[in-house]
Amino acid sequence: MTTTYAVLSEGLEKRYGEVRALRGLDLAVPEGTVCGLLGPNGAGKTTAVRILTTLLAPDAGSARIAGHDLVRDPAGVRRRIAVTGQYASVDGDLTGAENLRLFARLLRLPRSRADELLEEFGLAGAADRLARTYSGGMLRRLDLAAGLLARPSVLFLDEPTTGLDPRSRNAIRDAVRGLAERGTTVVLTTQYLEEADRLADDIVLVEDGRAAHCGTPAELKALVGSRAEVVLAGAGPLGPAAAVLDRLTGSAPDLDAERRTVGAITADPTLTLPRLVREIDAAGIHIVDASLRPPTLDEVFLRLTGRKGTAA
Amino acid sequence: MNALALEGSALVGRNLRRIRHAPAITVMTQTMPIVFLLFFGYVLGGALAVPGAEYRSFLVPGLLVATAAGGLMTGMFQAAQDTHRGVMDRFLTLPVSRAAVPLGQAVADLLVCAVGTVPMVLVGLAMGWRIEGTALEALGAFGLLLLFRFATTWAGILLGRVSESEEAAGQLGSATFMLPLLSNAYIPTDGMPGWLRTLAEWNPISAVATAVRALFGNAPVPADAAWPVAHPVAGSLLWSLGLLAVLVPLTVRRYARR
Repeated sequence: MTTTYAVLSEGLEKRYGEVRALRGLDLAVPEGTVCGLLGPNGAGKTTAVRILTTLLAPDAGSARIAGHDLVRDPAGVRRRIAVTGQYASVDGDLTGAENLRLFARLLRLPRSRADELLEEFGLAGAADRLARTYSGGMLRRLDLAAGLLARPSVLFLDEPTTGLDPRSRNAIRDAVRGLAERGTTVVLTTQYLEEADRLADDIVLVEDGRAAHCGTPAELKALVGSRAEVVLAGAGPLGPAAAVLDRLTGSAPDLDAERRTVGAITADPTLTLPRLVREIDAAGIHIVDASLRPPTLDEVFLRLTGRKGTAA
Repeated sequence: MNALALEGSALVGRNLRRIRHAPAITVMTQTMPIVFLLFFGYVLGGALAVPGAEYRSFLVPGLLVATAAGGLMTGMFQAAQDTHRGVMDRFLTLPVSRAAVPLGQAVADLLVCAVGTVPMVLVGLAMGWRIEGTALEALGAFGLLLLFRFATTWAGILLGRVSESEEAAGQLGSATFMLPLLSNAYIPTDGMPGWLRTLAEWNPISAVATAVRALFGNAPVPADAAWPVAHPVAGSLLWSLGLLAVLVPLTVRRYARR
C-alpha cells in the first residue's frame, strides 16, 4: 500500500534578516493522521505553519499540500486547508454569528452552515455577542469553527490550547481528535508535550529550524531508552544513590530532595529492575520504591533537545 | 471579476457591521468637520475676507473636501488594525481574491462618507451657504468629492498595510489633518508667500476644493493659480484617477505579497 501524504515538504528555508528561522525543514504527514510539531519557542514552528498555509513564501525548498504545489499554486492550497492561529483569527468587532456568516459567504457556503457550526461548538447562546467579549476558550472554539466551515482536508493548528484553562483545553483536544477520526489531516504545533503525546500519531521535534527527530511518541521514547528511578527511605543524603545510578545508566541523574527521588535515563538494555534493586541494595542504600519505565515525552524532549519543555 | 464582486461585497458588509457595533470613531471623524465649520465660520470667519465670495460660502466646500481627504486617516487606521490583528491571517488563507479586503474596506468607507456628508451639508445650509449652480453641476461636485475620498482611502489603506504597528499608523494618520491647512481649503492661497503658494496649489485638496466651489457656484476660479487649480475639474479628475491608477495596483500587490 502506498501512503498518500497530505503535507510533504522538502528543504524549506526562511530567513528574517540575519535570523535563519527555518534551515531545511522536511515534513511528511500521511493523509488522515495528526502530526505534532513540537519544539521550544523560537524553534521555527510558527514560521513553518505560516509557510505551509501560504502566508509566507519560503526562501528555498518546496512543499505539496493536499496535492497542490505551495509555491506555484497557493490558491489551490488555500481551497484545501484551514488555519487556526496562535491568536484567534476572527474579527473581535463582529459577533460570533457575523464572523462565521462572513467566512461562509466568502467560501460560497450557505448561512445555515455557519449556524450549524455555532451550534456544534456550543456558541449558539453567545452568537449575537461581539467576539471580543468572548472568553479565551470561546474565542478559540469560534476560531476552530471558522476553520472547519469548508470541511478542509488539512487543518493547521498553531498552539491551539496555549493560554487556555484545562477545561477549554480538553474541549479543543476532543474536537481535534474527532476531526482526525473522520479523516482530516491535522498539523498542530504545541509546547505541551503531554498534548502531543495524547493527540499526535507522529511527532516531529523541531529544533533550530529543522526536523531534529521524527516518530510516533513510542518511537521517540524508545530512542531515548528507559528511565530508572528509586525513592529513598529515611532522611539520609541522596548522593550515594545518585552515584550508583550514574554508574549503572551512564547518564547524569536528577535529584528531587522533596520527593526523595533519584532518577536517570538509560539506553542500556541489560539494566533490568532486579539488577537496579540489587545494585542499590549492595551499596547499602534503603529504598521504598524503584521503577524502570519508558520516559515521559518531557524527558525525551529534554534529552533530545537539551532544553526543558513546558509540561502541562 | 464576478468572484471579486461577491467577495468584495461580503467584506463591505463586514466593514459596515463593524462601524455599527463601534460607531464612536466614525461619528467623530464625521462630526469634527462640523465643529471646524462652526469654529472657522463664526470665530475666525469675521476676520477673514475672501475676494469675490462670502467666507462661509467659501468655507463649506473647503471643509467638504478636507473631510473627503480624511479617507487617508480612516483608511490607515482600519488597514493597520486589520494587518496587525489575527483576522488578516484568516482572510489571506481563504481562497479569496487578494483585492477583496482593500476593496471591501474602500467601498464601505465611501458609503459612510456619502452618508456623513448629509449632516455637514445641512449645517452649511443653516449657516447661509447655498448651492448657486445647476443641479447637474452640484451632482458633479458631489461626484468629485466622493471620487477624491475613494482615492485618499486607497492611499490610507496602502500606508496602513505597510505600517509598523497600529500605534504608528494612528500617529501618522492623525498628522494628516495638517494637509488641508497647506491648501486653499480654509483660506485662499493668494496671501501665501510664493513657494508656499506653489506647494499649496499643487496639493490635490486645492484642485478639488476649487472645482467644488466652482461647480456649486460659490467662488470663482483664480486665474493666476497653478495648473490644477486654474483648471480645477480636469485637475481634480487627473489627481484622483491618477492616484487610483497608481495606488490600487500597489495596494493589491501589497496584500498579495507573502
